[in-house]
Amino acid sequence: MRVKAQLSMVLNLDKCIGCHTCSVTCKNVWTKREGLEYAWFNNVETKPGIGYPKDWENQSKYKGGWKLENNELKLNLGSKTSILLNIFANPNLPKLKDYYEPFEFDYEYLKLSNEEYFPSLKPISAITKKEIEIEWGPNWEDDLGGEFENRSKDYNFENLQKEIYSEFENTFMMYLPRLCNHCLNPACVASCPSAAIYKRDEDGIVLIDQNKCRGWRMCVSACPYKKIYFNYKTGKSEKCILCYPRLEVGKPTVCSESCVGKIRYIGVLLYDQDKIEQIAKTQNKQDLYEAQLSVFLDPFYENVIKQARKDGIPENFIEAAQNSPVYKMVVEWKIAFGLHVEFRTLPMNFYIPPLSPIVNKTELFQSDEVFGNIEDLSLPVDYLANLLCASNRKPIVSALKKLMALRGFFRKKNVEGIIDEDVLKQVGLSINQAQDMYRYLAIAKYEDRYVIPTLHSEFHQDNFKKQGTVGFLRNDFGG
Amino acid sequence: MDYLNYFLFGIYPYIVLAIFVVGSIFRFVYMPLDWKSSSSELLEKNQLRVANNLFHIGILALFLGHLGGLLTPHFIFGLFGLTDKTHQIIEIYAGSVSGIICIVGVFLLIIRRFFNDYIYYTSTTMDFVVLLWILLTVAAGLMSVPYSYLLDKDGQWLVKFANYAQSIVLFKANASSYLNGMPFIYKFHIFMGLTLFLLLPFSRLVHVFSGFSIVFSYPKRAMQIVRRYSTY
Repeated sequence: MRVKAQLSMVLNLDKCIGCHTCSVTCKNVWTKREGLEYAWFNNVETKPGIGYPKDWENQSKYKGGWKLENNELKLNLGSKTSILLNIFANPNLPKLKDYYEPFEFDYEYLKLSNEEYFPSLKPISAITKKEIEIEWGPNWEDDLGGEFENRSKDYNFENLQKEIYSEFENTFMMYLPRLCNHCLNPACVASCPSAAIYKRDEDGIVLIDQNKCRGWRMCVSACPYKKIYFNYKTGKSEKCILCYPRLEVGKPTVCSESCVGKIRYIGVLLYDQDKIEQIAKTQNKQDLYEAQLSVFLDPFYENVIKQARKDGIPENFIEAAQNSPVYKMVVEWKIAFGLHVEFRTLPMNFYIPPLSPIVNKTELFQSDEVFGNIEDLSLPVDYLANLLCASNRKPIVSALKKLMALRGFFRKKNVEGIIDEDVLKQVGLSINQAQDMYRYLAIAKYEDRYVIPTLHSEFHQDNFKKQGTVGFLRNDFGG
Repeated sequence: MDYLNYFLFGIYPYIVLAIFVVGSIFRFVYMPLDWKSSSSELLEKNQLRVANNLFHIGILALFLGHLGGLLTPHFIFGLFGLTDKTHQIIEIYAGSVSGIICIVGVFLLIIRRFFNDYIYYTSTTMDFVVLLWILLTVAAGLMSVPYSYLLDKDGQWLVKFANYAQSIVLFKANASSYLNGMPFIYKFHIFMGLTLFLLLPFSRLVHVFSGFSIVFSYPKRAMQIVRRYSTY
């Protein structure tokens, strides 16, 4: 057993209102630069939809992630030799148009136009500065924009009779905020010929060393989530850095900090590094969710704490792991799932599936029944299972039932004043657990959502020597 | 004229070598952020796929061919029973084929760079210079082939060029005298080729070093990399 710590995130989709505040704050802080206008380290997609970049989940097109071949874990991109052979032209690289062509507006035209009619703003390409027709954007499909035919190409419709959902009565949607998953078994790291990408030992953040990146662009196609972006100006790849300068001092990422719906949680997970390879090799993709759970360690277990200390995990990380909201949701309550575990990268952001309105069962609201039939939710469980659990329905159903039971329990408690423990028992929750879940999911106080240990830079470097070598130069402030 | 000959082919190669070595090391150490291949594949993919593959295959073959053909000591060819004439014929065919592959590639790349808006507006001056320079170099190389084929009956010119290259590398005096009386096209090709090394540290061409290094480093490295805070 080798204990490692990772800062990881849970996103409660039940509360996501799709306001894009996370995306915009992230954009303003990290990608508002020439060469990255098209990049959104964090973006919010409306599902069903083909997403950003177009069709990113379709790995037969982009060859991201891992595959299992004769019990060997191989990159979908091919062997190391074929990666090297594709170095001159990578056939699996997304085109700029698959994201969208970045545009700005020609404001001067408003002033200079001699036309008789009222002039309107002309969109111009951010690259060529020529007038363009806007054909696609990062949130083109927002709130089910566009025709069903387009969004029905969504990869998660696999095994679903999708024609039914084209009817207005059966339409459903959900929001999916996406950022780098800081995977345990990252495909981008494995695909980098220059060895520029690495996983940080202290907190598991996956970073690209800009001094070592040579722009071979293999990571862009290897990442199954398409969360590495090629900066066409600097010629190097960039990605979400989980706002590590903020995390290091104990602050949440900007996407979390600014989240209106309070949907994001950040906490420490302890995991066993020795198990990762074996788990990524799990034969049946439907077992990947359970397998990934087995890699996380109980931070209260004495042997784990002992081993963690031995492996150099600082005391404040162990303490944070014990108070971690992420551990509670992912391991204890089992209500949060990694996005597309079938890519075998072992993603470390987790999503709580959203509950959705119940269709065609108006009588339900009059009866005592709390759950109803899970199939009556407008959002098909199979769709969620394809998205979050490699088409394994069972864990998703159990999580949805827990969330429904929680609502039922508190509705009865607050409206009728009845403590109905039976509701909870049916889904295997105790009253204490329900109180806890209520506290974390519904109240969601700032200090409960973000339990972030500060990084001990004094353990790793001589701070005295580094004095005055980091941060802004005095001239940056015009001094 | 003699002095110009002496300067361009006796002194200039050392100026080029010095700037090439010092400039590359300087850029690698002090400007690592700038060390890159500057790929434009994100902006335009389809033309690149054909053009770039052709160009790189061609130029790699040419580079390795020149390296082996010019710097291998003469007696080694003898050991394999290779006469100068056969050696010359092999060089003529191999050189023409890879030269044509390369020049088609570089021509397509130039078209793409000048006429594709996305590429044109994101290019630096050096990108244009390098491409045009390579075009001229390879064109001169190809144009010299008929001279070798028709005028050099016994392959002695090839030996002369090899001697010249080896003298330069081994710091021997009077290296430039090997080129006395050679047709202009060869001299032009040599000058252009040498200058390419001069341009290298100042352009995107530095990715050549990384390209050769990953061929050896990538296959043997572990799949996953973990780095500690203290190491960066």
